[in-house]
Amino acid sequence: MGPLHLLAQLVAASLRGQARYPLSAVTLTLGQFAATGIEMLAVWALFHRFGPVQGWQMADVAVFYGLAHVMFAVADALGRGFDVLGSELLRTGQFDRLLLRPRSLTLQLMGHDLRISRLGRLMQGLLVLAWAASQGAFVWSAGNVAVLLFAAAGGAALFLGILVLQGTLAFWTVESLELANVLTYGGVHAAQFPMAVYERWFRRLLTFGVPLAAVAYYPALFVMQRPDPLGAPGWLGAVSPLAGLVFLGLSLLAWCFGVRHYASTGS
Amino acid sequence: MAHVIVEELRKTYRIAEREPGVLGAWRGLLRRRHRVVQALAGISFTLQSGELLGFVGPNGAGKSTTIKVLAGILRPDGGRVSVDGRDPFADRKRHVARIGVVFGQRSQLWWDLPVGEGFDLLRDIYRVDPARYRRTRDELVALLNLGGLIGQPVRQLSLGQRMRAEIAAALLHEPELLFLDEPTLGLDAPSKLAVRDFVRRANRERGTTVLLTTHDMHDIEALAQRVLVIGHGRLLADTSVEALRAQVQAVAPQLAGRAAQAADEDETQREQMAIEEVITRFYALHGATEA
Amino acid sequence: MTANEVLRPYLAAFRARWLAMLQYRSAALAGFATQCWWGGIQVMVLAAFYAGGAGPASMPLHNAITYIWVAQGLLALLPWAGDPEVALAVRSGAVAYDRLRPLDAYALWYARSAGWIAARVLPRLALMAAFAALLLPLAGWPQWGWQPPASAAAGAAFVLSMLFGAALATALVMGLNIATTAALDARGINALATPLVIVLSGNLLPLALLPDAWQTALLLQPLAGLLDIPLRLYFGRIGAWALGLQLFWLVVLVALGRLALERCFQRLDVQGG
Repeated sequence: MGPLHLLAQLVAASLRGQARYPLSAVTLTLGQFAATGIEMLAVWALFHRFGPVQGWQMADVAVFYGLAHVMFAVADALGRGFDVLGSELLRTGQFDRLLLRPRSLTLQLMGHDLRISRLGRLMQGLLVLAWAASQGAFVWSAGNVAVLLFAAAGGAALFLGILVLQGTLAFWTVESLELANVLTYGGVHAAQFPMAVYERWFRRLLTFGVPLAAVAYYPALFVMQRPDPLGAPGWLGAVSPLAGLVFLGLSLLAWCFGVRHYASTGS
Repeated sequence: MAHVIVEELRKTYRIAEREPGVLGAWRGLLRRRHRVVQALAGISFTLQSGELLGFVGPNGAGKSTTIKVLAGILRPDGGRVSVDGRDPFADRKRHVARIGVVFGQRSQLWWDLPVGEGFDLLRDIYRVDPARYRRTRDELVALLNLGGLIGQPVRQLSLGQRMRAEIAAALLHEPELLFLDEPTLGLDAPSKLAVRDFVRRANRERGTTVLLTTHDMHDIEALAQRVLVIGHGRLLADTSVEALRAQVQAVAPQLAGRAAQAADEDETQREQMAIEEVITRFYALHGATEA
Repeated sequence: MTANEVLRPYLAAFRARWLAMLQYRSAALAGFATQCWWGGIQVMVLAAFYAGGAGPASMPLHNAITYIWVAQGLLALLPWAGDPEVALAVRSGAVAYDRLRPLDAYALWYARSAGWIAARVLPRLALMAAFAALLLPLAGWPQWGWQPPASAAAGAAFVLSMLFGAALATALVMGLNIATTAALDARGINALATPLVIVLSGNLLPLALLPDAWQTALLLQPLAGLLDIPLRLYFGRIGAWALGLQLFWLVVLVALGRLALERCFQRLDVQGG
C-alpha cells in the first residue's frame, strides 16, 4: 500500500473518529468559521469607515485575505501531528508507538488527528476569494487558477514547514514553543494584507526571513494583474511559491536530524 | 541461530540539571549542567526462538531502556544487538514489521473508533495479506473473547477488555517476537488469568518468542521458564524461577533472624516463600534499589 | 460576626488561587511574543488606513494605537473559557464538598475565579506596559507606543474602571462555570461565544472604529465594560457615568448568576449527582 494511500487511510480514520460526535464537529467548524470570519468583519469595518488604503480596494485586499487563509487551513490540517508533538505525543509515549510501525514517520504524523474544524477556515478563505472575483478583482482564467493553486500549495508547504520545525524543536525543549505560534498565526494574520501596507523592516522580514511574500503577496499581485508598488517584476508571482516548497524541504531535513537526536537520548 | 542476541549493551543518559526558580531557568540557559546516568552498564543475554523470558528489576533499573533498544527506537552507546540477524536500529522498518509490542497503560488503537476498524487500519499499516489477516484476526478474536467488542469504540471498553484488544492488535501481523510491558497492570483476577493463558498459548502453539516485563511476580511464576533480573543497569540473574527461589532461600535463614531460629525449623523449610518475597530478598541481596 | 470575619474565607480563597496561578510563570510569558507581533501588525494596518481617510473625531490614530496595546495587555480578561478548576471539580465530583461548606457557593467560586483572572492579567499587563509604554518610546518610536492618559483624573478613572472590568469579567466567567456545572457542552459554547466576545469587547477593533450606526448599541452592551469603557475614560472621552454602566451590568450578571447556580444545584440534588 503506497504512501498516499496510507495517508488517505489515516486521514479517513481521523475524520471517522470525529464524525462520531457530529454536534461537536459542526459546532467547532462553525466556531472556526466565525473566528476567521470576524477578521473579515474588521477589514470590512475599516474600509467602510476609511475608504481605499494606498489605492487598494476591499476586493483587492480580499484576494490576499482569502489566499492566506486557504493555505493556512490546509497546512493546519496536515500539520497537527507536528503541532502537538511536544505537548501530547512525546509526553504520552504515542510517538514511540509511531516509531514502532513499519511506515514513514512523517506520513503518520501528517495523518494524525486531522481536524474537521479546519474546514471552517478553508471555507471562509474560498468564499472570500469567490467574492473578490465576483467584484472583478481578478478573473477565473485557467492561468490564474493554476497560479492560485500553485500559491496555495507553496503557502501550505511554508506553513507546514514551520510546524515541522516546531515539532523538531520539541525534541530539545519542553517549554511551549512561542516562536512557531508567532510565525504561523502571526504569519497568516500578516499575509491578510498587501505587504506594501507595512513598514520596510517588516516587509524585509516577510520576504527574506520567512518567505511569506513569495507564497502570498506576489502570486496575488500576478493574479490581479497589478503592478507591484514596490517594484518587483510582474512574472515573479507565477514562480515564487517555489520558495515555500524549498522551505518545507529544508524543514524536513532538520526534522530528520531531530529524530536521530531523539533516538540517541530517548526522550 | 538465536533469535535475539545482546552483547555488552551500554547506554548512558545525560540529564540536564534544572535549577528551580526563574533565575535558575536563565542560568540554565547560559550554562548547561548535566547529570550522567548509566542506564545500562554492559548487559548480555541470548534468547532462542520460542522462548518465554521474564524481565524484572526495580524501577529505574534499565528494563525499559533495554526494551527500547531491542525494539529499535533507542540507539545504544556500546555493545551489539541482533534480532533475527538484523540490527534493530539500523533497519528500523524491516525490524518493527516483525515485532509486536504491548504497553500496559497506553493503547495503540484509535480511541474513538470501533476495535474492528482499528484492526483493519493496522492490517493496512503492516501490509498484511487480507486473507491471512482475516484468518489471524478471527482466531485472535475467538481466543481472546473479543466477539462482542469488535463494534465498540475503544473508549467504551473496560481496562480488561482494552488489554485483550491490545494484545490482539499486537499480534495481527503475526510477529515472531512479542514484547509485553506490564500487560496485567490494573486488571481484575479473571482478566489476568485470561491474559496469562493466552500468552502461554501464543508462545507454545505459535512459537512466538516472548519478552515479558512486569512487576507482578505471579505473571512471572505462571509464564516464565527463564527470568532475567536487572539492577542498576547490570544483569543480576539469568535463571529459572525455581533456581532463583533456591538461591534466596539458601540465604534466607541468615536474613530471617529470630523467626528462623524457632524450634519448628521443619515448618520453615517446608513453607514456600511467596514469590514477591523471593524477588524482594533477591534485590536486597544484590543491593538493587530503585534508581 | 464583623465584616472582616464574614469576608475572610472569600479573601483567603482569592489569595490562594492568586498565589497558585502566579507559580505558572511560563504561562504568563507564553504568548507574549505573539501578542507583541499581533499588536504590531494591527498598529501598522491602522496607520495605513488612517493615512488614507479621515478617522472618527473620537479616536485619533495615537489613541487607537494606545488602545491596541492596552487591549493586548488585558487579553486575559476576556471571558472565553470557564475556570478550569471548576470544570475539574465538577468532573471529579468535588463540587459536592463546596456545597457542604458553610459558605455562599457563588461567592466562593467568584473569589476563586477572580484570583485566577487577576493572576493571569497582571503579569501580562505589566509586560505589555514595559514593552509598549517604556521600550518603544525609549527606542525612539513614542508615536507607535502606549501613550499616557489624558489627565491624572483620567488615569485614576481608568484604574477604577479596570477593577470594575475585572469584576465584570469574573461574573461572565462565572456564567461559563455554571454552564459547566449544568453539564452543558462548554466547548461548544466557547467555540461560538469566542468570536462574539472578541468583537463586542473591542479586542478586534476599537468599538469607535466600527460603523457609526452601531455605536450606541455597542456602548450599552455588557462586554463594552471589559475594555472599551476603561479606555474611553483613559482618553478622557467619556464621562464618569460610564462607571455606573459597568456597575449596572455587574449587578445584573451577578444576580442572574446566583439564580442560575441555585437552580443548578437544586437540580443536582434532585438527580443525586
